[in-house]
Amino acid sequence: MEFLSPKNLNEALKFKSEHPDFTVLAGGTDACTLINSGILKSKGLINIYGIKEIAEIKENGDFLEIGALATLTQIIENRLVSKFLPVLAMACKTIGARQIQNRGTIGGNVMNASPAGDALPVFLAYETKMELLSAKGSRLVLFEKFYAGYRKTAAEADELAAKFIIKKCDDKERFAFMKVGTRRAQSISKVCACFRQSSSYKIAYGSVAPTPIRCYVTEKFLNGCKTDAFAADEAVRLVRQEVSPMDDIRSTANYRRHVAGVLLKRFLESV
Amino acid sequence: MKSVGKNIPRLDGYDKVTGKVKYVDDIDIPDCWRGEVVRSDIPYGRIKKINFDKAFDWDKVMTCTYKDIPGKNATIFLSDDQPILAENLVKHVGEAIVLIAAPSASKALEAKKHITIEYDTLDSVLSIEDSRKRKNVIFGKDNIQAKYKIEKGDVKKGFAEADFIVEGEYRTGFHEHAYIETQGMAAIPRPDGGLTVTGSLQCPYYVLKTLKSALLLDETKINVVQAPMGGAFGGKEDYPSLLGMYVALLSIKSGKPVKIIYSRDEDIVVTTKRHPSIVTHKTGVKKDGTITAMEIDVAFEGGAYSTLSPVVLSRGVIHSAGAYKCENTFCTANCYATNNVPTGAFRGFGAPQVFYALEMHIDKVAERIGMSPHEFRLKNCVEVGDRLSTTQLLKESVGAKECLEKVLSAADFGKKWRNNLDTCAFKHLRTKKGIGLSLYMHGGAFTGSGEGMKSEAGLRLNKDGTISVLTGCTDMGQGSHTVLPQIAAESLGVPAALVNTAVPDTAVVPDSGPTVASRTTMIIGSILVRCAEKMKKKLPDLKKRDVKELLKTYYSEHGELKIIERYILPPEIKWDQEKHCGDAYPVYSWAADVAEVSVDAETFEVSVDKLTVAVDVGRAVNPVLVEGQMEGGTLQALGWALMEDCIYKNGKPVNNRFQTYIIPTAKDAPEWKTIIVEKPFSYGPFGAKGIGELPLDGGAPAIANAIYNATGLRITSLPITPEKLYSLYEEKNKIK
Repeated sequence: MEFLSPKNLNEALKFKSEHPDFTVLAGGTDACTLINSGILKSKGLINIYGIKEIAEIKENGDFLEIGALATLTQIIENRLVSKFLPVLAMACKTIGARQIQNRGTIGGNVMNASPAGDALPVFLAYETKMELLSAKGSRLVLFEKFYAGYRKTAAEADELAAKFIIKKCDDKERFAFMKVGTRRAQSISKVCACFRQSSSYKIAYGSVAPTPIRCYVTEKFLNGCKTDAFAADEAVRLVRQEVSPMDDIRSTANYRRHVAGVLLKRFLESV
Repeated sequence: MKSVGKNIPRLDGYDKVTGKVKYVDDIDIPDCWRGEVVRSDIPYGRIKKINFDKAFDWDKVMTCTYKDIPGKNATIFLSDDQPILAENLVKHVGEAIVLIAAPSASKALEAKKHITIEYDTLDSVLSIEDSRKRKNVIFGKDNIQAKYKIEKGDVKKGFAEADFIVEGEYRTGFHEHAYIETQGMAAIPRPDGGLTVTGSLQCPYYVLKTLKSALLLDETKINVVQAPMGGAFGGKEDYPSLLGMYVALLSIKSGKPVKIIYSRDEDIVVTTKRHPSIVTHKTGVKKDGTITAMEIDVAFEGGAYSTLSPVVLSRGVIHSAGAYKCENTFCTANCYATNNVPTGAFRGFGAPQVFYALEMHIDKVAERIGMSPHEFRLKNCVEVGDRLSTTQLLKESVGAKECLEKVLSAADFGKKWRNNLDTCAFKHLRTKKGIGLSLYMHGGAFTGSGEGMKSEAGLRLNKDGTISVLTGCTDMGQGSHTVLPQIAAESLGVPAALVNTAVPDTAVVPDSGPTVASRTTMIIGSILVRCAEKMKKKLPDLKKRDVKELLKTYYSEHGELKIIERYILPPEIKWDQEKHCGDAYPVYSWAADVAEVSVDAETFEVSVDKLTVAVDVGRAVNPVLVEGQMEGGTLQALGWALMEDCIYKNGKPVNNRFQTYIIPTAKDAPEWKTIIVEKPFSYGPFGAKGIGELPLDGGAPAIANAIYNATGLRITSLPITPEKLYSLYEEKNKIK
């Protein structure tokens, strides 16, 4: 297997355009296990881990820009994130063990495109824009348009994720990241969710559909009524219809649908 | 006492925590080839053809099939039905067919890709139910690998006397050992033309037995050495005999040292598991709490080959009626063959399955007559003078009741249990608290007169004035190679620092029997006490001067001093194997667990908050190690109870990685409290009994009963997942 280690971003983009079928290592915490277990059969690897140009976390006016190669630990410990987007740090804290957080990157979590990726509902709920780069140039895509189907993304074969652009959360907004996993640490989600209430409700889930999803019907209902206990019950009923989970190795569709509702109810009770 | 009863740090501890210790994968063997195994990927079928791709250069690698085995193509256990390499039939996924060795691991892997096997598939049997109704006959005449019946009194009469009859069925699935070090072995040619086989193994003499029979060599030509082990839990009792043969065959044919180290995926697919079980109970009980009759049926899944299943089933059925007074018991047991991986030894050896069933069922029986679980157990718990289901009279060392009393009071069980029961129905509580109890025991050493096999162990005075324990029993992490020197030092009257344990090498140490059945401390320890008495008589008075100098001087004057003794079975043991009647074990260790849980009332996630365990070990030779055994074993039981689940599809585990086979982390571990009770056993060293397996027997039912106390949901199959709890909750609420 060929292993390419570009020295900088330009070289990485060049390699990716020359070898669009190579797997990108952005930490390797997902890719290495998939290769080891024979699930991912790759002709070659391009190791972009450590390329500084796309690893920064910075403020840009009303927005926070998070480089795709920022590690989960970097996000957990970053002051800007804890000030302007603390819920992302909360989600990252639940991914794997400390070693995985040290090595794994946010871009890797996104590009791996697992429906159970814990950071993904956060990006959905915060209407994130994502910058994709190739040797030809850059383009912005809306995160909610990024997942085309199970483990399918809108990225072209020669593109790399560069950064995530997210509007800072406002002072008054309420938010939560919630996760039900297979055990109390180092667990993969059975259901995970990011909820927001600011000027309107935003509801996003992971692990309850082939891709991470926003629940627009439930959001619309909540945005159009006064939230009391009756409205909460109706929202829970709606959200259980809106998710489309399945039975798999970690859980059952029936349980996931139930828990999706429980988590929303808990958020609504807390706001 | 200067050594026994003291918390002497583990002798292997320093090397292990500093990373100095060399496991078999770390041992650097010059010019060592790496082995790979080509395996069946179907559960049952005839091998039509093995294709060696002509495009591949086979001169650079070495391959072996069953045709390369000069002697008997079988692992030597109770019945020799398991081939080392498949001949024309494969009976489970992962069965070995062709062995490959190459100068590098990558070359061996590459060669593996160039071998394909063609089969005629046969109709496979993949569950206890299908095997029981003989969907296809795959073993003997009736798929039954072993069967027993134990009878005491008259159950018909017992049921006639009962006010209530309570029935129940309980199920458990495959359970993976999940030792941190995967299986691995190496074979190294010796300068004298012989062969050394070393690796991660529990029973060097078991491996030697199979090697001798398959290779037609005697012990002057082969020795087996245990390398330091990163856990085994029974998983390295029988399996290393297969893996040892793979490396030995490849090494003999290639003339090179050969090593095979399993990856986690391979290990989970091909090595043994705990037997899945279906246990049914029918219990007669009077209103006052007297148990009048117990009828129990135990069904285990033995997998494709019988390996150790007959003895696992025997231990299971003997323990199935537990530590209760009952005049009339009738227990039947069958082990069914399937085309799943052979099930084998796993800490507890058949007992965890029957205690999960029994201890959940006892709660159900108590509830039926309106008694609390602890009052019911206190009333029926056996004491000295009572007889177990095999009619064994309990003469001494019965700490069951004391364990029960101590654990109940330490956990404040009665009050909490009642309180939880009252709050169970409260709809507004997001977290429900529960408390659960189990009472259990574990027979020490081999069943019946099994310890009459004359195990040997010894003591050797070394040149440097130290003394070595010589035993074929191994330390797999349980701490025996610290405990045995403590026993020897105490008996000799020398400081514990002067005694160590020799590396288990069949060329050096005697056959002490296998490292199994919670027998090492009790059996080998008692042989060592006798060796020490003999040795003391030969040595000058050890009380007076610098002992080490004295021993050095003795050595320089007299040369090496070695005392080897044999185990003597306590004379009064009477056992009828045919009827499974009499003294099933020389003695039992007893214990009681209290589990306290919090259950999320909406997501049904279970958190075990505290486990209080009281255990009668006769004598705690090293109390901290006793606590370690209790905590580790109970945590393993917690994993089995709540999350560990081998999911098989067409004979193959789907979740053969730690990403998907979920074991508990430190965060899932509860707060622990261990209470040690000491009711000495007169034939044990300083009164000591076995402890290794006991803790796995009681954790699961205590947790299951606690969940019932919290939620009113009784899940009768392991693991108790939130999914199962929610389903049952939904079902119950629909009916209403």
